[in-house]
Amino acid sequence: MVADSTTALGQRLRKAERRGHFWAYVLIAPLFLFVALSFIVPLGTVLLNSVYDPIIPDNLSRTVRALDAWNGPRDQVPPEPVFAALAQDLKIAVQEQKAGAIANRLNIEESGLRTIFMRAARRVAAQEEGPWAPFFEAADPAWAQPLIWGNIRNLAEPTHSLFFLSALDSRRLADASVAPQPEDQRIHITIYLRTLGVALTVTLACLALGFPLAYLLAHLRDKTANLLLILVLLPFWTSLLVRTTAWMVVLQKEGVINSLLQAVGLITEPLPLVYNRFGVVAAMTHILLPFMILPMYSVMRQIPASYVRAARSLGASPSTAFLRVYLPQCIPGIGAGALLVFILALGYYITPALLGGSTDQMISYFVADNMGRSLNWGLASALAAILLAAVLVLYAIYDRIAGPGNLKLG
Amino acid sequence: MSAALPLYTTPLQRIGHWILWIFCATVLIFLIAPVLVVVPLAFNNEPYFHFPVKEYSLRWFRELFTNPAWLHAIYNSVITAVLATLLATTLGTLAAVGLNHHKLPGKRLIMAVLVSPMIVPVVVLAVGSYFFFSKLGIANNLLGIVLVHAVLGMPFVVITVTATLGGFDMNLMRAARGLGASQFTAFRRVMLPIVWPGVLSGALFAFATSFDEVVVVLFLGGPEQTTLPRQMWTGLREQLSPTILAAAFMLILFAISMLLLLEMLRRRSVALRGVVE
Repeated sequence: MVADSTTALGQRLRKAERRGHFWAYVLIAPLFLFVALSFIVPLGTVLLNSVYDPIIPDNLSRTVRALDAWNGPRDQVPPEPVFAALAQDLKIAVQEQKAGAIANRLNIEESGLRTIFMRAARRVAAQEEGPWAPFFEAADPAWAQPLIWGNIRNLAEPTHSLFFLSALDSRRLADASVAPQPEDQRIHITIYLRTLGVALTVTLACLALGFPLAYLLAHLRDKTANLLLILVLLPFWTSLLVRTTAWMVVLQKEGVINSLLQAVGLITEPLPLVYNRFGVVAAMTHILLPFMILPMYSVMRQIPASYVRAARSLGASPSTAFLRVYLPQCIPGIGAGALLVFILALGYYITPALLGGSTDQMISYFVADNMGRSLNWGLASALAAILLAAVLVLYAIYDRIAGPGNLKLG
Repeated sequence: MSAALPLYTTPLQRIGHWILWIFCATVLIFLIAPVLVVVPLAFNNEPYFHFPVKEYSLRWFRELFTNPAWLHAIYNSVITAVLATLLATTLGTLAAVGLNHHKLPGKRLIMAVLVSPMIVPVVVLAVGSYFFFSKLGIANNLLGIVLVHAVLGMPFVVITVTATLGGFDMNLMRAARGLGASQFTAFRRVMLPIVWPGVLSGALFAFATSFDEVVVVLFLGGPEQTTLPRQMWTGLREQLSPTILAAAFMLILFAISMLLLLEMLRRRSVALRGVVE
């Protein structure tokens, strides 16, 4: 009897709790849907576009099928039926004005293929009947070479890893083997290393500048600390572009620092402070410093002063007490701040673009560059996917250290 | 380690103390000086970006508020930021109330996903939304920018409202329900009046995020969707005009008012929740 009513009560309580959870999920659902649509799907599209590239199988479907049926070795030129299929595809592509897009796609794999392809495309409408192999060869002798055919076969599948190969400074040759890019095009590994280097330098600079300040703020009376904290928060709230502009003004040739140093007589010629690595690191450190100070400050404020005093009275020297008692308790704050700064620095675009030279640009710049100027959206997506993966891994670590929603700001 | 050192400090400690102070003062100058340097230059009568300023005038402010390109940019920025803030605040507050539920399964994961727009590189999101929104036909349109800006501002709302709700006594809700109020009435008449400072701080964060955002605008905005930061970006890359400095000065004033408002809201929130400082 008693046991019965206990289980009944337990069931009702569990039911009530489940109902409560249900309503909680209902409240979260609209935001989650919104985030799914405007955030998760767009990021998914980037990942998709980094491997999905159907332009060749979509527009040269007959050619792809004929190549499949033939399936000859890569060092040979395909037989007449493949040429005939290509002629048919090409006629349709010209009619639908797709020939340029196909030519551009081939040209990304091997520069020069655009011209070869377009020469054939321009003539194909005038030709009614085969034989097609001599026709293509007459348009451009390269059609009698295995190079262009190998590249078409590399692109025959709608999903492939060519963009990632390219993002890792490799390429697939016409004979289907993977080889490093030619020396002058091997830029991406350098860019990753540079991005990591800049992010690491900025993180270390923020740590070196931020730790003493956070320490001082945490040990001041609340009123004084709050007053000084305003000086940290004001730049934090100031627009990123304003701060970047400000650094331009400060660092340029006739800028504040150079005129000051010249007035004092320390230098005669203005120092090159901007449009180089120094300008980028200085401005990024300035912009990201509050992200380092605030988490460290909030952790340090909660460390009871009595611990260090206890260590001292037990005979520890000031440095021992600091290193063995105080510092270990700061680690969560230091870890959270440093990871946050590093993560944010990895994705920086605006500040390096405005204050850096051409050898100071980071991954984000090359994502934007491939989207806009060079129009290689697949490569842009692959670079973006690599950046995203790096950031998400670090975010998972951050989440372990700091816990979700612990990005407290101000 | 406040201003007055204890009597037993050794001379070496005193020196260390003053070195710390000097170092920190330098760091604070590093933080604040670049922002302040812009101010006098914005009032320079000459079209120069450098000192000395020979004659002060409001010339560039007149330019900022009369030039149609800048006016249009300001207008676009305000519209975008207001819409994005409304969207982010409404959805974010609802979700935060849900997330406040005791022992909600999957809360940690949901929170991690909802906060992630703060750390995902904005270029990646901009490229993705360009791909996706051009398929939907809302690239080169303010709507797309508003949606992405709302996503970028939403984590701030979720974080601040969740934090405020953390100090909210749920017994008040139970009392209201016990006295016959419906769930919605209890939310509107009991919870909201107490947590509104948190909601409003979140909204301010979201507004500032949208107002300052330029990368998404570069990708999703056509020539018609120029916002204030984008106009500044173009100016910094192409024709360096001191109007940018006038705009920068206005944005610094904006930052100062944000800071004051947030501090006011924090105090209000503390008072409303009866937290003793």
